[in-house]
Amino acid sequence: ANVTCVYFSRFLFILKCDVSCMCASGKYSSRGPALIPRMKTKHRIYYITLFSVVLLGLIATGMFQFWPHSIESTADWGLDRRSVHDAPLIRLPVSNPIPERGDLSCRMHTCFDVYRCGYNPKNRIKVYIYPLQRFVDEVGVPISSTGLSREYNNLLSAISDSEFYTDDVTRACLFVPSIDVLNQNSLRIRETAQALAMLPRWDKGMNHLLFNMLPGGPPDYNTALDVPRDRALLAGGGFSTWTYRQGYDVSIPVYSPLSADVELPERQPGPRRYFILSSQTAIHREYRAELERLKEENGEALLLLDKCSNLSQGVASARKRCYKGQVFDYPQILQESSFCVVLRGARLGQATLSDVLQAGCVPVILADSYILPFSEVLDWKRASVVIPEEKLPEMYTILKSIPHRQVEEMQRQARWFWDAYFSSMKAIGMTTLQIINDRIYPYAACTYEQWNNPPLVKWSSVNSPLFLPLIPPRSPGFTAVVLTYDRIESLFRVITEISKVPSLAKLLVVWNNQNKSPPEDSLWPKIAAPLKVVRTKENKLSNRFFPYDEIETEAVLAIDDDIIMLTSDELQFGYEVWREFPDRLVGYPGRLHLWDHEMGKWKYESEWTNEVSMVLTGAAFYHKYFNYLYTYKMPGDIKNWVDAHMNCEDIAMNFLVANITGKAPIKVTPRKKFKCPECTAIDGLSLDQTHMVERSECINKFASVFGTMPLKVVEHRADPVLYKDDFPEKLKSFPNIGSL
Amino acid sequence: MQAKKRYLFLLSAGACLVLLFYFGGVQLPASGRNRHDRSHNGYRPDQPWPHFSDPLQQFLPWDQLDTEEYNIHISPRQKRDVNTSVYKGKRCRMDSCFDFSACKKNDFKVYVYPQQKGEKISESYQNILSTIEGSRFYTTDPGQACLFILSLDTLDRDSLSPQYVHNLKTKVQNLHLWNNGRNHLIFNLYSGTWPDYTEDLGFDIGQAMLAKASISTENFRPNFDVSIPLFSKEHPRTGGDRGYLKYNSIPPFRKYMLVFKGKRYLTGIGSDTRNALYHVHNQEDVVLLTTCKHGKDWQKHKDARCDKDNAEYDKYDYREMLHNSTFCLVPRGRRLGSFRFLEALQAACVPVMLSNGWELPFSEIINWNTAAVIGDERLLLQIPSTVRSIHQDKILALRQQTQFLWEAYFSSMEKIVLTTLEIIQDRVLQQESRSTLMWNSHPGGLFALPQYSAHLGDFPFYYATLGIKPYPKFTAVIHAVTPLVSQSQPILKLLVAVAKSPYCAQVRSHKRVCVMSSRFLPYETIVTDAVLSLDEDTVLSTTEVDFAFTVWQSFPERLVGYPARSHFWDSNKERWGYTSKWTNDYSMVLTGAAIYHRYYHFLYTNFLPASLKGMVDQLANCEDILMNFLVSAVTKLPPIKVTQKKQYKETMMGQSSRASRWADPDHFAQRQTCMNKFASWFGGMPLVHSQMRLDPVLFKDQVSILRKKYRDIERL
Repeated sequence: ANVTCVYFSRFLFILKCDVSCMCASGKYSSRGPALIPRMKTKHRIYYITLFSVVLLGLIATGMFQFWPHSIESTADWGLDRRSVHDAPLIRLPVSNPIPERGDLSCRMHTCFDVYRCGYNPKNRIKVYIYPLQRFVDEVGVPISSTGLSREYNNLLSAISDSEFYTDDVTRACLFVPSIDVLNQNSLRIRETAQALAMLPRWDKGMNHLLFNMLPGGPPDYNTALDVPRDRALLAGGGFSTWTYRQGYDVSIPVYSPLSADVELPERQPGPRRYFILSSQTAIHREYRAELERLKEENGEALLLLDKCSNLSQGVASARKRCYKGQVFDYPQILQESSFCVVLRGARLGQATLSDVLQAGCVPVILADSYILPFSEVLDWKRASVVIPEEKLPEMYTILKSIPHRQVEEMQRQARWFWDAYFSSMKAIGMTTLQIINDRIYPYAACTYEQWNNPPLVKWSSVNSPLFLPLIPPRSPGFTAVVLTYDRIESLFRVITEISKVPSLAKLLVVWNNQNKSPPEDSLWPKIAAPLKVVRTKENKLSNRFFPYDEIETEAVLAIDDDIIMLTSDELQFGYEVWREFPDRLVGYPGRLHLWDHEMGKWKYESEWTNEVSMVLTGAAFYHKYFNYLYTYKMPGDIKNWVDAHMNCEDIAMNFLVANITGKAPIKVTPRKKFKCPECTAIDGLSLDQTHMVERSECINKFASVFGTMPLKVVEHRADPVLYKDDFPEKLKSFPNIGSL
Repeated sequence: MQAKKRYLFLLSAGACLVLLFYFGGVQLPASGRNRHDRSHNGYRPDQPWPHFSDPLQQFLPWDQLDTEEYNIHISPRQKRDVNTSVYKGKRCRMDSCFDFSACKKNDFKVYVYPQQKGEKISESYQNILSTIEGSRFYTTDPGQACLFILSLDTLDRDSLSPQYVHNLKTKVQNLHLWNNGRNHLIFNLYSGTWPDYTEDLGFDIGQAMLAKASISTENFRPNFDVSIPLFSKEHPRTGGDRGYLKYNSIPPFRKYMLVFKGKRYLTGIGSDTRNALYHVHNQEDVVLLTTCKHGKDWQKHKDARCDKDNAEYDKYDYREMLHNSTFCLVPRGRRLGSFRFLEALQAACVPVMLSNGWELPFSEIINWNTAAVIGDERLLLQIPSTVRSIHQDKILALRQQTQFLWEAYFSSMEKIVLTTLEIIQDRVLQQESRSTLMWNSHPGGLFALPQYSAHLGDFPFYYATLGIKPYPKFTAVIHAVTPLVSQSQPILKLLVAVAKSPYCAQVRSHKRVCVMSSRFLPYETIVTDAVLSLDEDTVLSTTEVDFAFTVWQSFPERLVGYPARSHFWDSNKERWGYTSKWTNDYSMVLTGAAIYHRYYHFLYTNFLPASLKGMVDQLANCEDILMNFLVSAVTKLPPIKVTQKKQYKETMMGQSSRASRWADPDHFAQRQTCMNKFASWFGGMPLVHSQMRLDPVLFKDQVSILRKKYRDIERL
């Protein structure tokens, strides 16, 4: 930002020039007529000068408005480039204290100061990054041969750009040193440890997070960073089960430098040219011998690649692999195989894993005791095959037994893991912080589905909010909610009819007419169940779906004030069916949506069809949860749109329920003529042509808001077990069904 | 002059415009310059990371890519051996302390040491042993076994307890199969005693695995030990009570927000949190009650708050609070775990854990974040605001998950023990193990057997979660008994009718080789998700089959059938009754004509114990009842009856052998006996009643028959 400002001052200088020029021309013009006799030419000059001044002014304005954004990036290269060499040099005295070795018993509740994170309405930890310092020992030799690496710089940049970042050290919950320990090979262990201990907030490593990808060194290659680090958390690549402190450390992948260089387009999952591919170069000779034996047994299905002997080390050699003189491009060749072997080297964590995932190849991981990257949250069972090293000879048989569909799913999953968690240092860093964040605020943690479902599955899958298979008891009954405007006579008949239903717990009349008061108490029909009248503030259809506190049962019967033709048996039976399907809409009149091929859009159908995809909420049972959902969680502007159009609230409800549960509604009992002599009933209206057009429009509108067509079509309806059976009527629980 | 004026006016206007920019611009750079200066003048410690643009080195230079030349070092095989010798005792892992070779040949078999005479075994441990002996893992041959269970009671290792078994050390060492505890599993509920309650069992467990309650993360060996819940002596052996959640009320808040009622330890280990609870207690919706009245000499230690606390404590009833609270506080006691945890789980009261360092029960497989709030003892004072910040939708989900987990893994001792064994089995048979999804979603890991398929889409339970649908074809399996002699046999008609269905992928018939269970064998030739199971004398039309199949596609995890039966509780005889009468409800459909998922073939064959399958084979009866029990136990829902053309009346059956079977007077009595036998094995009655039947949408409606798709069903 500061650089931008420098540019502004230079820019202003140019502007000043403009002004002075303009003034000069002004003077010239005042004097002009006396000197030059030809007025027309003179005018033309004035005109041109003026025009150019105004034009320049306009350009200047434009630059002011739009330039600064692009300035930043160019300025980085220009005037004030920030360089790692500007960082202060710190000399480490030999006598500086060395932290203790990492404590294996450390856990979040013993080695992590949770008070620093505090209560936080956003449930997000704050991360502080120490400013860069260059540490050298007493004779001036740096503590690390590489200094700040490109990857670590990217990682810290990503953190500082993220919402986790804070520049206020006093408010930070997690501290990330700027000392790069990604690769232990380039570190001087003792001095690095001393440097860590010198950090101003080190405090025995409390709440400090170190990122390390290549731990250990020859000859025994320990599986965790050897730098003594007190209580610091370690995000390490290549932990074994003996060094990983479960719930404290984070296992991260080893970043593959090829990720940034090579772009592999996503491939459709499916069978590929090779069945198993081994592309690693540093494989122990014992294992290579075993792989070769497998190759002999299974021939073409296996491709066993190695280093190309004729290429010198470097980028070129990293991008090629050879098999008996045949040269293959790496990592492109990985896309040609269904399974790719990721065998342990001296270290457990292998960068190959990242390449393999990127290629959408299913990793076959042979690394005993290895803690897979991000295993705390990722379900590797769905993306990889883990085989004990001992069973390497049986690898082919094991992989062959995996069903095709599973292989395809694993391929998709593997690629998704790479996209989301492996593809860049930013992805790795953000995932690590999110995992730690989830531990500190476990009640706000990301769910298994959020971590593991690829976008496609997230989109098509449903996780019903009422997922427990539960048949609620009959006893609480249901609350009938009658929406009414002013048809009092019909309303009273409906109330009297409903009051005969045994399981009615309460009757709620939603009085939607603001101009008229409901009739006096004495005029209402006398019924056994309590009756409540709710007056609304506005005449809106959504009032019928408001989660009123008065509704104390979970079952709601929404009913119009003109539905007088349903018998008490039918209503009671509807309630019994709802109990078996509490997460669905259970209603009487059924409707269907159809795809109109001619018009290329959805069409509403109310004829006698063999299929049902909606039930009208003029008479339907549903869970009160959906009231809450309709009122507060309806996607897009549907709710207001319905209120404005005074139509389609029932279609909206069907969309909502089908979308969240993925299930079809249940139509109960045979079709009836929903007509009454003194009112325009649903069917009467439905016949109206314009009404049908409107309803079709609703379906199209909702489908576009939901981005999909959630409605499910079924060909069944629910009847009592003995419906129409040759059996004495009086022995049937619900004899009065379907009569007109 | 006119023109000149005009130009002048324009000129001045332009000048003004430019001046405006000039002055407007002056301020911008001024403020900018300040910031710029600051960054130059001194080192500003609080600036964001500067995104260095130097050409930096890679952390892993290209030429170092394969520096891991370890060919010169020891071979991987030797390295493995080194691990096994180094990582012992507290650092045991499956890789170092478990002998996989014992399990290879014979799947996963468990051996229980024979009980020594005179050895005192508590009822709880006796239950654990008998559960294992009744399970499909049990073997009597130690040579076949992969896992060994002691018949010495190790549940209570509190040396002050009356259940404490003395001299365990020598007793264990004398076992000839002990092998320093390798492949042994030791169950333990209590360890250590006052005052420090260590987690030491008081004898050398060697390389044995622990299935232990109240285990701390510090002592827990990940993927080696199993953390089990603390359960009481009264915990039912099989079946167990269902969860208390009966309905999902909206809004999901109950009378209290957060409750606790329990002892307060004034001093010693684990006393801090409970001593501080009164800070959070508000007498309204956060009710945290403690009492000092426990132990003989509580008066001696009592502090200033004791009397007030005790009075408050007696005002509330524990059960009432448990059932009427949204959240239940589960603080640590002397030990990390407490009975309260399971009580809260069953009561659908979302547990709020305050037990730092407790490795939660079955933490290896259960994602507790979906069913509990994991708090931190250090942040006790934040707990009320934390639970209040949890959204209603989340509460609804948490509450339902408590019920799922309770019923899937905790409601009986059998489930706890089997879950423990299944977890170890998953580790042993790595390739055939469950994913997290299978453990954490309905119907849970005990009913989802990974040996069936590695692909989640092959199970009937995960279609919605994966966003996929079952394969839209079925395989008809006809159970044939009589040899084919004439062209008029019903089986031929049936074959024709079924084969006509557009959804039919293949028809298979198999001869009964005198065993009934063979009907439900997981034949590899069944490749479709749906199976249409038929008897040879079943009378069905193509339309009926088509309709039933479209219904099944909506309910792939259930049994969809035609003739239905019902069960009832016969209170006079105190046992379950079976009825084939026409009733207003049903709880079973006969598998002589039913569609279901092929997974149930696998489950029937591999999940059910030999005793029940043997009984079915012996009687040549009840296989359909057993199938109904199994499916309802898995789904917790009734089967689905669809409409059919002709009534499938047992008495009106034709000439076939089946008719003679139905006519047999013993037949009915047998079925009654079967039901009671099955119910006792399942530990309860899994069957659920339904009052509805599914018919085609226009069934018997007053509309032209030509409009109807399934018109044949109505014709007689």
